Amino acid sequence: MRARSVELGLLILATLTTCVGYVLVILAKQGENASDVALDFQVEVGGFMGIVVVLLLAAHIVIRLLAPFADGLLLPAAALLNGLGYVMIARLDEGLAASQSAWTFIGLGAFSMTLLLISDPKRLAPYRYTLALVGVGLLLLPLVPGLGVEINGARIWLRIGPFSIQPGEFAKIVLAGFLAGYLADKRELLTLTNRKLGPLNIPDAKHFGPLMLAWGMALMVMIAQRDLGSSLLLFTLFVVMFYVATSRAAYVFSGLLLFCGGAYVSWRQFSHVQRRVDIWIDPYEDAKGAGFQIAEAAFAMADGGLTGTGLGQGTPKKIPFAATDMIFAAFGEEMGLLGATAILVTFLFFVGSGFRVATNARSPFETLLATGLTALLGFQAFIIIGGILRVLPLTGVTLPFVSYGGSSLISNYIILAILVRISHNSTVQAAEELEEINRDGDGIGVTAGTRAKWKAVSG
Amino acid sequence: MQRPIKHVVIVLLVCFTGLFVQLNRVQVYDAQALEANPANTRTIQRDFDRPRGRIITRDDVVVAQSEPRPGEFFSEQRVYPHDELYAHVAGYTSFTFGAEGVERAYNDALIGRTAAQELSGLTDLLGGTNPKGDIRLTLRDDMQRRAREALGERRGSVVALDPVTGEIYAMWSFPSFDPNRIAVNDGGLANEAWTDLVNAEGNPLRAKPYRDIYFPGSTFKVVTAASALDNGALLIDAPEFEVVESYLPPLTERPISNFGGSSCGGNLIELLVASCNTAFAQIGAEQLGPAALVQTSEGFGFNQTPPIDLPVPVASEFPTDFGGQVDGPTEEIPAGVFEDTPSLAQSAIGQNNVSATPLQMALVAAAVANAGQVPVPHVMLSVEDSETANVTASFDNKTWLRAMTPQTAADLTGAMIQVAERGTGTAAAVPGLVVGAKTGTAELGADQPASHAWTIAFGGRANEPAALAVAVLVEGREETGEQSGGRVAAPIARALFEQFFQ
Repeated sequence: MRARSVELGLLILATLTTCVGYVLVILAKQGENASDVALDFQVEVGGFMGIVVVLLLAAHIVIRLLAPFADGLLLPAAALLNGLGYVMIARLDEGLAASQSAWTFIGLGAFSMTLLLISDPKRLAPYRYTLALVGVGLLLLPLVPGLGVEINGARIWLRIGPFSIQPGEFAKIVLAGFLAGYLADKRELLTLTNRKLGPLNIPDAKHFGPLMLAWGMALMVMIAQRDLGSSLLLFTLFVVMFYVATSRAAYVFSGLLLFCGGAYVSWRQFSHVQRRVDIWIDPYEDAKGAGFQIAEAAFAMADGGLTGTGLGQGTPKKIPFAATDMIFAAFGEEMGLLGATAILVTFLFFVGSGFRVATNARSPFETLLATGLTALLGFQAFIIIGGILRVLPLTGVTLPFVSYGGSSLISNYIILAILVRISHNSTVQAAEELEEINRDGDGIGVTAGTRAKWKAVSG
Repeated sequence: MQRPIKHVVIVLLVCFTGLFVQLNRVQVYDAQALEANPANTRTIQRDFDRPRGRIITRDDVVVAQSEPRPGEFFSEQRVYPHDELYAHVAGYTSFTFGAEGVERAYNDALIGRTAAQELSGLTDLLGGTNPKGDIRLTLRDDMQRRAREALGERRGSVVALDPVTGEIYAMWSFPSFDPNRIAVNDGGLANEAWTDLVNAEGNPLRAKPYRDIYFPGSTFKVVTAASALDNGALLIDAPEFEVVESYLPPLTERPISNFGGSSCGGNLIELLVASCNTAFAQIGAEQLGPAALVQTSEGFGFNQTPPIDLPVPVASEFPTDFGGQVDGPTEEIPAGVFEDTPSLAQSAIGQNNVSATPLQMALVAAAVANAGQVPVPHVMLSVEDSETANVTASFDNKTWLRAMTPQTAADLTGAMIQVAERGTGTAAAVPGLVVGAKTGTAELGADQPASHAWTIAFGGRANEPAALAVAVLVEGREETGEQSGGRVAAPIARALFEQFFQ
């Protein structure tokens, strides 16, 4: 249970940081000579702030109850990102504060339910083809006339009553589940190469085919929806999981080749892709028009400099989509290079913990699932931050846990729950195995039965 | 599967390192370039809502100040109590249209962001002292008003400055505009005013004294005379030029005649007194040549952006290309003639392609009165702490250029005094003061005869060095017709001397 004390300590630090950020925003609002505005802000947003803090602490109790032996870093890292994101969202748009705290509530509900319902993720593996169907179905939903709506040029939303849902956010998790199940089953066959294609040894198309089909369909759907960020992410997920399952660099290279070919073709074919690339190369040429978003983000971050303008004291509202896709630039402005770096490091902590969960997992399926989900989160952060910083062309995805948005927040909490579950289960299982060793043998040697079992789980 | 996971971790680490490197570039390394990007309006907008000091004249008249607007989107409204009077000096600061004039040039000082102010602010950090600064102008309210009154509703410019320190006492041009209309926080109203002013007749938004150029006409003869004296082509009292009615430069059939078809000649003093076109054209074309005249005019500041402390000043122009040298001497062509010598003859009397800002011509008068030195012109006298009124910075008076030798300046001083005593500039003279002047009547060569009326002058009390240099320009337009500098512009110069030495 030592992990839980660490977790609680770090969680308190994270919520304290969040609260300090919130107080700074209030002070800045008071400084603006409009004390009535500040008071409103304090009363309205402060209430929701309290809810967010209580929810994060509740998540800790849920883990204590349902997965007491899980990794202790995952939740505090997510809590810090979620909390800071909340402060920034409330600072940018008080109207979003209430709904973001509601989404946090639902997200942590989903977190608890996932922990409760999926007591053993391994049992999902046999349902891999069902998962594939569900994943592609979720991706297709927004294309259904009457259900889907187009927002900002991408048809990735469902309108249900007053809510907009992005089913693609959940599809990614489901597809990671499918890939994990499929690859855990077929990885040895995929490693075997009995055909030669030029210099490359390739496996039998029989094993390869279904996978390519599912992946290709997913990508097609996303390209049809003009959601470049998500298709890039899904592609990365595919390559990462394939590589981890087979250890074959050839897959990575052929994947990259496929990607470059696809990127070139879509650049040639689609004007919206060309525009993205032009803006990426020089956003300042048309800084008041097409390049406005990236140019404003860069101006904002340049304004922030090393230490930032201070929370509440910059003008991040000038950045388009500051509360969603571009929220990292808002942090860059108000918290400076130091604050922005802290967010990068927090992501690295989360991703590091996620991969540790993956390597400690006791079954190939869990290892692959944890790897896939962690890679999803890490690369999603890279794709959006890299887009803002012009490391790659800007494609609209949310910054996990930080950006405003219900679907994104809920799906990220589901990912967190699955990682926590896998982490807890593998610790428990490892302990059980150790116990078995002590029981079966003299405490030093290893029994034949355990050896067999180890072999089975470690592959 | 440990090994490939490790590889994925490494790839992600590399990706995040890339993010970190690029983050450093944007936030630190490239930050200044990004702040200077013309599309970046953050600095302007942020500064806009910071407390801002006042702009006051030398004699404590408030030119610009911020009034609190509690409960409004912007906490303050910038106001200009004297409407159009200081518009071309103080400028404006507008959320919609940015800033102009002193508001732009001294933005950092006004909001307390200069290094000196921030340093002094640090010690007061706990006391919460606001380090914003007041800008004290070199301008005198009485001089500025007198300039406006004397010019009246005629298009033109008036510049009056200290010939030694370069401190500007008055800088006015008509038409002007009311900066309150542009500075108004209500963007709709500001836009309306802007459209109005952009389309208004006479371009009132333009600060013509330092941003517009005009033919200087005969006032430029002071520069030609200085060139002749400095290059030893002439002495102030010798030789005597023949009295003629017109002069035909080499390589052309178009003669240059004198104002009103009169005849003139004599030594340099007489040439200046009578503003003798024929002789000065000849001096430029035959005795000086392009190189000497270009050099001297640039010594006065032509072809260079003047270092005035206001945004985007315009350079006065003297042409530098007069073609190649023509073989000579022959029967018709004297030695040292260039392909474009006919133009050079025109340039020497301030026509052709010569054009100058009123500010530049005031500096010509100043150089004569200041032993040949052209001062750095400026409108800021000092920056004062808004709370304590302590001076935190003051303008360092400097010499900009050396236009001519002190001897040449002394010779020209004498000659210009003669112009004011008995020549074309008598209307600028003030009893009891020593005034030197040179008038100009720059023909515009349009179908309708019209001319710019100029006077440049300096003045001082008897037995004291000159303390004021002025340039007056009344623009020639179709409806003004022919107007001579001596009759139209010189009285405005006199009004300024009377006011200053009262």
